[in-house]
Amino acid sequence: MLHPDGCEICADGSREAAAREASPWRSARSAFWKMKSRGSSAGSRSASKKCVKCKEELAAVVIRAGDAYCRKCFRENFIHKFRAMLGKTRVIFPGEKVLLAVSGGPSSCSMLSQVQEGVSQNAHKKLRFFPGIVYIDEGGALGQCKEMRQKTTSELCDMFRSTGFPFYILPLEQVLDLPGSVLTPSPPSDQPGSVYKAAVDLFLQSGDSSSDGKAEEQECVSLPAVQESHTRLLQQLIGSAQTLTAKQDLLNTFRQHLLVHTARTRGYSKLMQGDSCTRLAVKLLTSISLGRGAQLAQDTGFSDCRYGGVTVVRPMREYSAKEIAYYNHMFKVPSVVIPNLDTKMPDKASIQRLTQNFVTKLQADFHSTVSTIYRTGEKLQTAGRGSSAAEDAERCVLCVCGLDTAAEEASALQATLISEQLSQSSVPVKPEPPANVGQCCSSERPCGGAEGTGDCCRSSRDHEATDLRSLLCYSCRRTVRDMSSVDRLPQYVLSEAQRRQNRSAMKEQISEFLLDDADENN
Amino acid sequence: MPVLCSSCSEKRAVLKRPKTGHSLCKACFFWAFEEEVHQTIVAAKLFRPGETVGIAASGGKDSTVLAHVMKLLNERHGYGLELMLISVDEGITGYRDDSLETVKRNQQQYELPLKIVSYEELYGWTMDAIVKQVGLKNNCTFCGVFRRQALDRGAIMLKVDKICTGHNADDVAETVLMNILRGDIARLRRCTAISTASEGDGVVPRCKPLKYAYEKEIVLYAYFKKLDYFSTECIYSPNAYRGYARTFLKDLESIRPSSIMDIIHSGENLSVREGVKMPVQGTCSRCGYISSQALCKSCVLLEGLNRGLPKLGIGKHHRLHEKILSQQPLTEHEQRKLKSVDF
Repeated sequence: MLHPDGCEICADGSREAAAREASPWRSARSAFWKMKSRGSSAGSRSASKKCVKCKEELAAVVIRAGDAYCRKCFRENFIHKFRAMLGKTRVIFPGEKVLLAVSGGPSSCSMLSQVQEGVSQNAHKKLRFFPGIVYIDEGGALGQCKEMRQKTTSELCDMFRSTGFPFYILPLEQVLDLPGSVLTPSPPSDQPGSVYKAAVDLFLQSGDSSSDGKAEEQECVSLPAVQESHTRLLQQLIGSAQTLTAKQDLLNTFRQHLLVHTARTRGYSKLMQGDSCTRLAVKLLTSISLGRGAQLAQDTGFSDCRYGGVTVVRPMREYSAKEIAYYNHMFKVPSVVIPNLDTKMPDKASIQRLTQNFVTKLQADFHSTVSTIYRTGEKLQTAGRGSSAAEDAERCVLCVCGLDTAAEEASALQATLISEQLSQSSVPVKPEPPANVGQCCSSERPCGGAEGTGDCCRSSRDHEATDLRSLLCYSCRRTVRDMSSVDRLPQYVLSEAQRRQNRSAMKEQISEFLLDDADENN
Repeated sequence: MPVLCSSCSEKRAVLKRPKTGHSLCKACFFWAFEEEVHQTIVAAKLFRPGETVGIAASGGKDSTVLAHVMKLLNERHGYGLELMLISVDEGITGYRDDSLETVKRNQQQYELPLKIVSYEELYGWTMDAIVKQVGLKNNCTFCGVFRRQALDRGAIMLKVDKICTGHNADDVAETVLMNILRGDIARLRRCTAISTASEGDGVVPRCKPLKYAYEKEIVLYAYFKKLDYFSTECIYSPNAYRGYARTFLKDLESIRPSSIMDIIHSGENLSVREGVKMPVQGTCSRCGYISSQALCKSCVLLEGLNRGLPKLGIGKHHRLHEKILSQQPLTEHEQRKLKSVDF
């Protein structure tokens, strides 16, 4: 649909004549578009179709059926949507440091160019925050060779350098060295929303001419040297998941952890991700299929507060993938093609891939599919208590969302547990003779199991696996079930899990002495 | 090397459960299946002793298995229920008349009283006649809406306290997906409930005892128990929108068999934001049935059929309710819009 040397989609008559001479393919295509739009609006030929907004210029692009815009109006609308999204949600405060998570794909590069434009404009419409860029190189998990990774990162390096913002390029292998604090929501440092207007006024009064001086010196960061052993560990971690669905889920989780950690350590309070409307609709359906109904609002909403100090925002959520593609093409926004775990995989390789194909195909027949799914998602909220008040022990160790595993009466979870019970032998299998007793009980970590009942004498794998399950939400449990061994999880996850188990064991011991509403969040 | 049943570890396993993947022998499978339905009924407190329960029977596998299991559990666990069969005749030649024969056979096999209600006697239209007017795209709407009312009417005629339908886990998961695709927030909130609310005089509460049973397991059960059922798809169903959700669900199941329960779990844990507009339950001004609008959907659909305006009822039509109620004729423009049907 997009011609290499940038012709617009429904050009006017004179240009068409020239095109016809230029190449038969081009003329055939423009004839096709003329024919197609001949059927749409009341008898007007596409060659003379006016922009629906300014009604003067000729239309250059058709986003939805009946919405034809000229270049100028399209661009204005695009930029306006971005500003309006940031403005109406009032989540980003002036003077804040915002980290842009750029994957190199069209949506995030478009977001980068929007921020670039917004920050560099004249004072009265200027976006008043300080952006930084982060890119996570996942080549290690995908098994790419060093040269490929170097090539991609140097391309992106050039792109980032030209923006003038500070940028960080990190390999995913760094996720193995994260501290356990990543899984605990840090106390939020944001002011509540009602103070937004006051904060803006204050900022304006103090004079924002100092903002240029505050921008950090751009760091020239080349790809840090990655040790072979780390790459191997990462590959083993991803490889321990038996299904592609679980692999993708784990990869997303760890990428998110690394992003949040980067934002926290460098002093950024917001993380901007470039998920488009299409991508979010697919994510919504995928989340439902994976059992993440309780966490849907956090996964697909505009702002995601589960990490406390760092809020994840998604400003590109009202743009369809089509709009972004047109904009990038017409206004020459650079982007890089980077492969993913499910690139070139067959349709049914994973749930994520299947859902994406399903939504794209359905959208072709029913044009309102993506926007309907998106609107449905907007009307949902996080089930249960607010994320800021929940204690550590009630959050999933992997995805840091609230737990949804209280098996209530007559629920799907209870039914699954009953089925498992009924399909298996009612006689418990005798545990292994205590060859592991000495090892297990003398290890440095204090044993969380109850004393004297032999619980702590099961093989260490079962012990860890069942205990880890109680700390995970429904869908993370499902993902971990697909893993061959829990030991491959990074150390920070395992040690955090151990810490929480110890705490809950402690709590159980002293439960009769604790009064209600004991404040654990200090 | 024969695989032993994972439950009794004595007999040879003859099947693998789609739900959990365990290999079971026949007896253990029957017992597990029946016990799960029993646990569902007990945990959700679906019935009280002494109630009369109508089993919605279509002659298909779900309702045949439901009738069989309900009768069995009623005797085994002493629910104290009086069971009856209710069947609806939509008037689809080549499909419904054959399945009704199956229901009559079921009645004799299980020795349960049977009542058949037909669209013809209730509304004056059969599905064949409706499809001739409406076409093949929106006919499922008519059939579904009419059938709901028909079941309730049949239940009231038989004086039953509750209706139970054979909706299985696959149906509930499909409904969740479909409601998301259609953007129907109100239904999305209600569709995973195991029983409907029981207010109102003209409505009989209904429940789904088989809610957590996989469709494949129901077929396995019917196959091994050698139950007699009718297994053809409705001849008008290929163009239904639900078909898309069904194909998607089947593909999901082939990737990960537990996704059906995962979707139901997601659906149960969805919560709607405050401030989202929800419909309020009232009654229809014409027939007295429950409705969230001035006129209930089946009255609107019937009006459309009787006036030769098949599209009345498909799509938004709230503004026309007053006109219909007061018997005013519709304007030319409205008539033209409602008449056009694409086959």
